[in-house]
Amino acid sequence: MSAPAAEESKNHSERLVEAVVRFAGDSGDGMQLTGGQFTSTSALVGNDLATLPDFPAEIRAPAGTLPGVSAYQVRIANYDIHTPGDAPDVLVAMNPAALKKSIGDLKPNGIVIANTDEFHKGNLKKAGYEVSPLEDDSLAGFRVVQAELGKMTREVLKDSGLDSKAQSRCKNFLALGMVYWLFSRPLEPTIQWLEEKFAKKPELAAANVAVLRAGFNYCDTIEVFQTRYEVEPAKLPAGTYRNVMGNVALGLGLVAASRRSGLPLFLGSYPITPASDILHQLSGYKNYGVVTVQAEDEIAAVSAAIGASFGGALGVTTTSGPGLALKSEAIGLAVMTELPLVVVNIQRGGPSTGLPTKTEQADLLQAMFGRNGESPVPIVSCSSPADAFDAAMEACRIAIRYMTPVILLSDGYIANGSEPWRLPDLASLPDLRVEFRTDPEGFQPYMRDPETLARPWAIPGTAGLEHRIGGLEKEDVTGNVSYDPVNHEKMIHLRAEKVERIARTIPDVVIDGDQEGQILLIGWGSTQGAITGAVRLAREEGHKVGYIHLRHLNPFPPNLADVLSRFEKVLIPEINMGQLALILRAKFVRDLVSLPKVQGKPFYRREILAKMHELLEA
Amino acid sequence: MSTDTPTLTRKDFQSDQEVRWCPGCGDYAILASVQNIFPTLGIPREKFAVISGIGCSSRFPYYVDTFGFHSIHGRAPGIATGLKTTRPDLEVWVATGDGDAMSIGGNHLIHALRRNVGIKILMFNNRIYGLTKGQYSPTSEIGKRTKSSPVGSVDPPFNPLALALGAGAGFVARSVDIFQPHMKETLTLAAQHRGAAFIEAYQNCNIFNDKAFEFMTAKDARADEIVYLQHGEPLVFGKEKNRGIRLSGTQLEVIELGGGLTEDDCLVWDETLDNPAIAFLAAQMGPPDFPTPIGVFRSVKRPTYEDLVTGQIRDETDRQGEGTLEDLVYGGETWKVTESGEIEISH
Repeated sequence: MSAPAAEESKNHSERLVEAVVRFAGDSGDGMQLTGGQFTSTSALVGNDLATLPDFPAEIRAPAGTLPGVSAYQVRIANYDIHTPGDAPDVLVAMNPAALKKSIGDLKPNGIVIANTDEFHKGNLKKAGYEVSPLEDDSLAGFRVVQAELGKMTREVLKDSGLDSKAQSRCKNFLALGMVYWLFSRPLEPTIQWLEEKFAKKPELAAANVAVLRAGFNYCDTIEVFQTRYEVEPAKLPAGTYRNVMGNVALGLGLVAASRRSGLPLFLGSYPITPASDILHQLSGYKNYGVVTVQAEDEIAAVSAAIGASFGGALGVTTTSGPGLALKSEAIGLAVMTELPLVVVNIQRGGPSTGLPTKTEQADLLQAMFGRNGESPVPIVSCSSPADAFDAAMEACRIAIRYMTPVILLSDGYIANGSEPWRLPDLASLPDLRVEFRTDPEGFQPYMRDPETLARPWAIPGTAGLEHRIGGLEKEDVTGNVSYDPVNHEKMIHLRAEKVERIARTIPDVVIDGDQEGQILLIGWGSTQGAITGAVRLAREEGHKVGYIHLRHLNPFPPNLADVLSRFEKVLIPEINMGQLALILRAKFVRDLVSLPKVQGKPFYRREILAKMHELLEA
Repeated sequence: MSTDTPTLTRKDFQSDQEVRWCPGCGDYAILASVQNIFPTLGIPREKFAVISGIGCSSRFPYYVDTFGFHSIHGRAPGIATGLKTTRPDLEVWVATGDGDAMSIGGNHLIHALRRNVGIKILMFNNRIYGLTKGQYSPTSEIGKRTKSSPVGSVDPPFNPLALALGAGAGFVARSVDIFQPHMKETLTLAAQHRGAAFIEAYQNCNIFNDKAFEFMTAKDARADEIVYLQHGEPLVFGKEKNRGIRLSGTQLEVIELGGGLTEDDCLVWDETLDNPAIAFLAAQMGPPDFPTPIGVFRSVKRPTYEDLVTGQIRDETDRQGEGTLEDLVYGGETWKVTESGEIEISH
């Protein structure tokens, strides 16, 4: 376990500052659910935590194969953490393929719980093992616990009345029971959850509970593990918390913006991984007045959102990179017609279909430039699962206040990851109230607010305000179609200026760490956790390092140039080939170092720290 | 009809924008028909929204003094769906063309129709691309010679009415630009229909596809080349009302009346049939073997999309009570961290 943190106590239990557990198995083994339960229970005992689900794109890849492995990693700690951890301390491997895929990540002397039932010839071959790793010395550097999870489960359930297939399906709870024992977790939250989930099938609830207890008791009775661990509650700021996934927080942020603005929320969406969960969630909020349309395609989805905004709703569309590409023309229409629109892009690996279930930040340039013509669109990004709530509200604020489409960037890592969320005081959420134009006196569709340059929102049904908008160039003020060359240039400048003026309402970015010095790190999106961790490590080593994390990517916060000038070097880690770096170089004309990583996986702290060492030595 | 609605006239629906279609274009007549019927519907002017895509016909909203939205190519049904779903109180019309609706926007058209969104889709069919200056369209006849098909197009055309019927449209009709009384009557019926309505308007493009419909619109051809679909009436046509359409087995056929056959042998038109099969057969009629039918092919009532969507919201709100932000954010499993760092689990 984390070496610096371990501290022996009398009853053979170690107190840990933090630990990382990975549950890995076949797609059908219920690893996401098992990991989710461990997460919920850990949240309820007060640990800070971060999770990383990692599942295949296939719904059910062939059983026992490497592509079929589904994993869920969770890091629990007694202090505030930001990433799901670089390397697991404990690995639950439900089959040889799961072991093979994860063993390279495990910490030296880490614990492996191997489900020996599945280590038969057929599965070993599918995973590419000639000899069982449990039988040679390839796992010598780890503490291996071999358990016949399937067999024990069936033994527990032999009188349950369930058939043997249904019995076997409970084996993940045996593993969970063992991990609960290992980490001294209470069983009650999971028991309660099972009883609620299977309220209509009490025999299934009873079976899973029995197996969960059996796993726990098995460890209690037989000395399966040499030690037992405790990770104490984190000293989190006072408040009410819940564990939240990024997509859920984002959906809640949209509803909050709807409530705070008084606008009905309309979501037009087409199913796409990893954004579909937001559609699922919002389609369940009918008693909140939320209207969802599952459109025939991505283009119809954004078009419907634009139509809803035209009618006075908060129009939102949710998608991932390929869908954003399809929506480009319609976003341009919202730029021209100056209607509020929030386009949520849960980024995934690209190009094309790419890596649908893996994370990437490679749509920044698409968000920034991916439209025809001079078509500026504000960009807001989420930096963690809980942060997606605030980011969604901010995107809505900008869209409504400035009458503009806004692109909100999240990614697969944030979307499916979770962390404890300190719930906001609802009364202190931003006031987004909207006043539609109602007075016909002096009304012109393209007259502008002198401060924001926003045009009035005059919705159908308002007598005396009948007017036409559209994708053809508008004459300044009147909004009539105009081909006048000078007017066109003026309008391009006005639309650009409107987006630039958003910076007036963006707070200065705050430097975390040293306020000036050797290296400034700049991050955006889901890299926040890894960069925060790396910066902490570098500063502990005595280096003068500062860090800013950008929520607003267009326009940038007003003090960015000043911040850049305070450091000798600038390092920008991104899960892409250096897209933010490209924009910053162009805008601020200075030398920046990009640290790209495009493996469909988040950064590890050590990767960023290593790059800092390299820069410091140069 | 609302009694407090001020009496509106055609003039109330004429915008101050100069109409820029080519002189002699069939669009003028369709615009006039729309401007004529809108004031008769008993709907306040500000409740109208006219949405269009791209193409000559899609300039339509600029010329009607209501709320209007000239959007992007093919997407008007999508925009109209979002608008009508969130604003069922509005009277939403879509102006589109054969390229806009049948080609780039085909997907949106069929889905708006199958959902039965309460929008009125008026498709100008001139069987040519006009705004891009003369390429063959998805409704151009096979063999059509155009700028992009110099030796004749090899693409079989869409039959717009058959497509709309296949998509499950509840109201399907056809009229002709220059037949103003018929056009006004058809548009009025479409407006009165609750649910999606699809109206194909044959429209002459006198620049790129002149006289495309002259085979049936020429004064001396009308009687023999057109059959009017009138609910409850037998399908009879011809100068002397001497010809009719009969259902023979699974096919329609033209019969000569007199000599033993009478109107009683003709198919009596029923636009309310739930099964669209007969309407589909009628949609196939046209030259050279049949007259071209105009009128209402189908008019059946189905629940509208916006009613179902708002109904679910109402029912769920009744069932669960109106949701509050408090419930949503603070709902589920939460725990409290006190000032002293104690954890309290709350449910």
